[in-house]
Amino acid sequence: MSTPPTRNSCETIPAPRGRVREGPTVKNLLVLAGVLMFLVWSYYGAEIHLSQLLSRNSLGQIVIYIKKLFPPDFSPAVLQEALKGTIETFAISFMGTLMAVVIALSIVFFASKNLIYSGLLYELEPRQGWKRAARRVPYLAAKSVLNILRTIPEMVWALIFVFLVGLGPFPGVLALGVHTGGVLGKLFGEVLEDVDAQPIESLQSTGASRLQILCYGILPQVLPQFISYSLYRWEVNIRVAAVLGLVGAGGLGQRIHIAISLFLENQLLTLILAIYILVTAVDYLSAYLRRKVM
Amino acid sequence: MKESNPSLIRPSDKSFFPYIFTAFFVLAFVDSWRRADIDPVVFFEKKGQEALWKFLTGMFPPDVSWNFISLMLRPALETIQISLWGTLIAVAIGFPLGLLGTHTLAVRGILNDAELQGAPVRRGMRYGLYFLARGLLSLFRSIPEFVWALMFVRAVGLGPFPGVLAIGVAYGGMLGKVYSEIFEAVNYRPLEALQSVGANKLQIFFYGWFPQALPNFVSYTLYRWECAVRASAILGLVGAGGLGQQIEISMRMFNFNEVLTILIILFMMVAAVDYISAKIRAML
Repeated sequence: MSTPPTRNSCETIPAPRGRVREGPTVKNLLVLAGVLMFLVWSYYGAEIHLSQLLSRNSLGQIVIYIKKLFPPDFSPAVLQEALKGTIETFAISFMGTLMAVVIALSIVFFASKNLIYSGLLYELEPRQGWKRAARRVPYLAAKSVLNILRTIPEMVWALIFVFLVGLGPFPGVLALGVHTGGVLGKLFGEVLEDVDAQPIESLQSTGASRLQILCYGILPQVLPQFISYSLYRWEVNIRVAAVLGLVGAGGLGQRIHIAISLFLENQLLTLILAIYILVTAVDYLSAYLRRKVM
Repeated sequence: MKESNPSLIRPSDKSFFPYIFTAFFVLAFVDSWRRADIDPVVFFEKKGQEALWKFLTGMFPPDVSWNFISLMLRPALETIQISLWGTLIAVAIGFPLGLLGTHTLAVRGILNDAELQGAPVRRGMRYGLYFLARGLLSLFRSIPEFVWALMFVRAVGLGPFPGVLAIGVAYGGMLGKVYSEIFEAVNYRPLEALQSVGANKLQIFFYGWFPQALPNFVSYTLYRWECAVRASAILGLVGAGGLGQQIEISMRMFNFNEVLTILIILFMMVAAVDYISAKIRAML
């Protein structure tokens, strides 16, 4: 506070910092105008035609399209294909998530500060030293690998892996595994960085080695959260796995793409229903397992 | 987590659950391995290694010629525009449906208890609305945005507009669900206080309910906007504008250096949006 110190300064009322409501200022209005202009610019940039969409003509078209979707095609051949796609989608998401967990677990211990170069485990080491600097190298490398894995979207990974290993569900698994590996690595890292220090300290005071501290002090603490995050990402992945087929990576997406391209609307509805059932089932399963773990 | 540790030794855990779970897990693993055609050997074979090598060497150096970058500028801006309007439409869909899908706002709670006491027909109608809203939200969010995009491309033609609609509908479902959770979690004391001074329902909503929910509300919407930027960047893969279309073109033409450039642009865009939204959130 820049107010001059008075005799009993506790009695002076501190000036409120910002947040005084006194009607809109010029700055507020300018910000508002800027946001509005941004919105208008976006409206035209994104070629939005809301009025056209809500006109009788195109609403009618949408109604016609919806009518075409019904009734869903439940003939045995289509049902069998939908079931096959559903199981394949499940398999892709399952294997992809497992692969992601493996990737995340093999990287994350290098990517959390308190395990690799600072904090309780290393406080007895000299502050400055080549050893400490050398420890930073794997840390930074691991962090940037995780960042790269995470930043490239699953669909782009899928495109890349389709090029590398050919069409089919396998590139889908790889795409999910690699991208989700990056995401889980970040989430796991955050969990590892705020573990409770007390058990670690008491282990340390009994002379446990670092590996022992990791196994008995840190892992038991973080494991439930690791599992919970993995299950959460599995829920996300089942949705992604359902559409990876659009770029040629198997699962229900491939069949949806075919159904839409060939104007087979009734089959499309069957496949969408399959996605709906699969996603809902996996949500419940994952919520159930999470309750078991936490 | 400390609270959960004692629960690990509760008697119900001595059940068959671990065995059943392990059996299920192993079965799923074996079956999925077969079904997903998993074949890690590919990367050690000559063909796979050649493809990998071709891809990696093709990426560097990234294509940073002004010619190409100026060509990417418009799709990049388009991506931001799609995400912005997509999120706006999502709010427009999610907010009303979220309100109707909030148990304490639509059917129970202090707003309705007095009114619906002994009026089973009205209560039934309210429940009807409530379940309709919940069902719609769940439908909207269960169909992935890519499938919405494909359908909207059919309905309104190629270009960024179907992307906007796809994000609007899919994210509307997600926002609506979270909004209703936020509305359900408000503190009821202020609402009761307002009611006891004779405020009507709208007044209770705007002076008691909404101000409590607003910070979470804005923060979650911003988070969804960040997701929308990522999503709209790749919706182009199915013909809905944005950078995705360019990525697919470059991939199909095996111009991997262009792919790298686009990925770098995408990375910078996402980082910028994350930064902006973090700034706005810090102001709340």
